[in-house]
Amino acid sequence: MINSLDPRIKREQINEDNTIAPLTEMDQFETYEVFHQKKRGDQHVHVGIVHAPNAEMALLFGKEQFGRRGLSVNIWVVKTSNVFASDYDDADIFETVPEKQYREAGGYKVMDKINKYKKENKA
Amino acid sequence: MYGNAYIDPNEKANAMLAGEDPIKLAEFEARIARGEKIEPKDWMPKEYRKQLIRMIEQHGHSEIIGALPEGTWITRAPGFKRKLALMAKVQDEVGHAQLLYSAAETLGKSREDMINDLITGKSKYSNVFNYPAYTWADACIIAWLIDAGAIINQVANAKGSYGPYCRALDRICTEESFHLKYGHDNVVTLATGTPIQRKMVQEALTRWWPPIMHFFGPSDKISSHTEILMRWKVKMASNDDMRQQFLNMYVPKIWDLGLVIPDANLKKNEEIGKWDYTEPDWDEFKRVINGGGPCNAERLAVRRMAEEKGRWVRAALLRKDEKYVTPLA
Ligand SMILES: [Fe+2]
Ligand SMILES: [Fe+2]
Repeated sequence: MINSLDPRIKREQINEDNTIAPLTEMDQFETYEVFHQKKRGDQHVHVGIVHAPNAEMALLFGKEQFGRRGLSVNIWVVKTSNVFASDYDDADIFETVPEKQYREAGGYKVMDKINKYKKENKA
Repeated sequence: MYGNAYIDPNEKANAMLAGEDPIKLAEFEARIARGEKIEPKDWMPKEYRKQLIRMIEQHGHSEIIGALPEGTWITRAPGFKRKLALMAKVQDEVGHAQLLYSAAETLGKSREDMINDLITGKSKYSNVFNYPAYTWADACIIAWLIDAGAIINQVANAKGSYGPYCRALDRICTEESFHLKYGHDNVVTLATGTPIQRKMVQEALTRWWPPIMHFFGPSDKISSHTEILMRWKVKMASNDDMRQQFLNMYVPKIWDLGLVIPDANLKKNEEIGKWDYTEPDWDEFKRVINGGGPCNAERLAVRRMAEEKGRWVRAALLRKDEKYVTPLA
């Protein structure tokens, strides 16, 4: 019997050489991806996962794991198996995006033309 | 790092790379060299995956087992505020284990397998937690100095190459700053208190100094293996460098309180900017890590009891249609 310094453990009267059957597959359930919103108006941000037997418990664990400090107003949980994700190997689909200056405000410069026009047409 | 792509399996230095696709390996190493992170579904060398699983899993186990010596004092913490704070700290540590297990899981080892390897003694955890917290002051020394050591290690590893581990560590490090402050506050209270309190904290420090010096592990062997792990940003600092960093940051703070560190050789060598100390007893370290410490048996027996007692609840909650897929990040 373990003579622990911890009264809670001592009360359990545990044998040092207790053995248990190994945990089997699914003992720890499937996983949920957790999205956390700090305050109203913010986006929900992915913060990690929890293992849970159902969505309600995933919310509870999500709150405990990711909402114990700082600000929180809302969390979402989504079964990992329900998330469709792009592949990092396909990251080249984004490659030409930075070149598309016609989509950016900075891609339009008119001051030179205006100044030139004003200079040439001075009365 | 393109130069390292050629693999000669006859060359000892590259034995751990044997069988890897040289082009993929070159891309992988170039990504790390550019400072980019590796994400779960990326190609990675077998040895990278293996080392990371081992490291992150052991880190997770240390958080779980580390909650036990500190938990010893929850029911007897002096005062309501300290009881609340200690419960919060212990909950954080268990939460850290969850975060770390999740990171290891993305590399393909299930949480069930990790727990099984812990409770059968196959996986290791930080050796310091095989020692008991005899008094309240021991719990205070743990919260201050063991957590201080852990922070040095975790801050270094947070700059590593594996995305999920780095994200877990960033979150963990934020919480650790509370543990450190809480621990320091407790130690200062005892050290500036009554003669009995001072005696109590001095005795705890004396007990914990050898395990603290063991904390970062023996000097690294300089091997090609270590070199590759450093290049892959799996190992971020040498054990000796982290120990030096710890001594540099905390010895002056301990001395400030007029406490005595039980090592007559401990002093800073100002010429080289490093600390001299008595070499820790590494035979004792090995004896304890291999099961011979005062609490090894208790720690694992308690984990087995906890798993067993919760088993029927988990079984009752499990739905037939549940199917496991590896978490995304
Ligand atoms: Fe921790
Ligand atoms: Fe901690």
